[in-house]
Amino acid sequence: MKRIISYFNSLLLAELLKGMAVTMRYMFSPKYTMRYPMEHIPKSNRFRGLHALRRYANGEERCIACKLCEAVCPALAITIDSAPRASDGQRRTTRYDIDLFKCIFCGFCEESCPVDSIVETSIHEYHFEQRGENVVTKLQLLAIGDRFEADIAAARAQDAAYR
Amino acid sequence: MGEQILNQIIWPVIHILCIVLPLVITVALYVWWERKVLGWMHVRMGPNKVGPFGLLQAFADVVKLLVKEVILPTNANRVLYYLAPLIALVPALAAWAVIPFSDRLVVSNANAGLLYLLAMTSLGVYGIILAGWASNSRYALLGAMRSAAQVISYELAMGLCLVCVLVLAGSLNLSDIVHAQEGTKGLLDWYWLPLLPVFVIYFISGVAETNRAPFDVAEGESEIVAGFHVEYSGSAFALFFLAEYANMILVSFLASILFLGGWLSPFPASWGLIGHSSILWLFAKAFFFAFMFLWFRATFPRYRYDQIMRLGWKVFIPIAIVWVLVAGCMKYYGIAGA
Repeated sequence: MKRIISYFNSLLLAELLKGMAVTMRYMFSPKYTMRYPMEHIPKSNRFRGLHALRRYANGEERCIACKLCEAVCPALAITIDSAPRASDGQRRTTRYDIDLFKCIFCGFCEESCPVDSIVETSIHEYHFEQRGENVVTKLQLLAIGDRFEADIAAARAQDAAYR
Repeated sequence: MGEQILNQIIWPVIHILCIVLPLVITVALYVWWERKVLGWMHVRMGPNKVGPFGLLQAFADVVKLLVKEVILPTNANRVLYYLAPLIALVPALAAWAVIPFSDRLVVSNANAGLLYLLAMTSLGVYGIILAGWASNSRYALLGAMRSAAQVISYELAMGLCLVCVLVLAGSLNLSDIVHAQEGTKGLLDWYWLPLLPVFVIYFISGVAETNRAPFDVAEGESEIVAGFHVEYSGSAFALFFLAEYANMILVSFLASILFLGGWLSPFPASWGLIGHSSILWLFAKAFFFAFMFLWFRATFPRYRYDQIMRLGWKVFIPIAIVWVLVAGCMKYYGIAGA
């Protein structure tokens, strides 16, 4: 009996019609596609993107060249040189390079920083056009920090309770 | 003399252009529609960047294909290699000569129209076989062999389905077949009802004939890369593409003419505008079948080769043969058919 039923089921294309009903249903369902350049997926305030060096409100750079980030970096992407600053003799970095090809965006540098200087911003759309542009220098990092300070501070403020 | 040239050369050429140019544009739009429908059924959006709703995507692809290089593989048979796409395309276009679009609108109202169609659709497979053989590639040869075996198997079932239509209509002329389906009961007079199993078999065989999913073992991307056209590129590939889609549209039109009453309206004539028979009804029916092709492709995984053979020989042909007898009885006892 069972064999007879399954015989007629296959002869009448029952299962095939069922499958076609599924695809027809999906044809009219809302689409998952995100139209990327026009639409963006919301980002977490903990998003780890491109790096930046921050400044205090009075314009003084935060970094004190403690080199904790350089030490903790698992990918050895950070290179720091330091010397007393010429104007007031404070310990400052003379070189702060991050090789973005080496960086794995783990966020350890940001966690290790005692003065919240090096941070990872939510910027993830960037590109390189020339060989060597993958190494971002101190000036570039400070510039990124200056430009996006408001966003960076807002994201840190949202997450402050969990730090 | 001048009139003779006009009648024998210029008018036929104009007729041919009136069919072929809209057909080529339809193929481009059909490719766009296929990608859209496949996208929607995959819960994607499909092409939507080139032109409004991505409509120009297919035309952009055509331009891309036409400017690409046609590569001749080493040790390929040069003559057959270049001839094969043409042999695939020409029958696909030539078959349109006998398709009646409405009561009057047909290029050639041939009396043996159905026979001509059978001949033309069978010819197309030679292009595929030659392409596979001339490419000097194992994949292409395998694809061509599969395609040949498949098309021969399903041609039989398809031919028997057409015999059923012939028995009921009593004519090989496609216009006459449509007229034979005319009646007072609207869509209940059409041949899909008395010939329901044969109607289904005909359309599925049509899908198999055109090497479309789920019968696309001749291409079989996952096994033999792209089958018979694996070595083709540029405009030669475009010709194969055009032939395949022209064939799909042809099968859609044939199914609507033979089983769904062609240009006839499904409603009684007294219903005014929608009861009026017109070319638009034929287009609507053909569009339905063309959509079915895409729907099948989005739904079904590819048949295994031996399953295809089993389905063709052990299911379709026996049912079709039985239904030839049934159709004969229906005709004899006056249940269906004029």
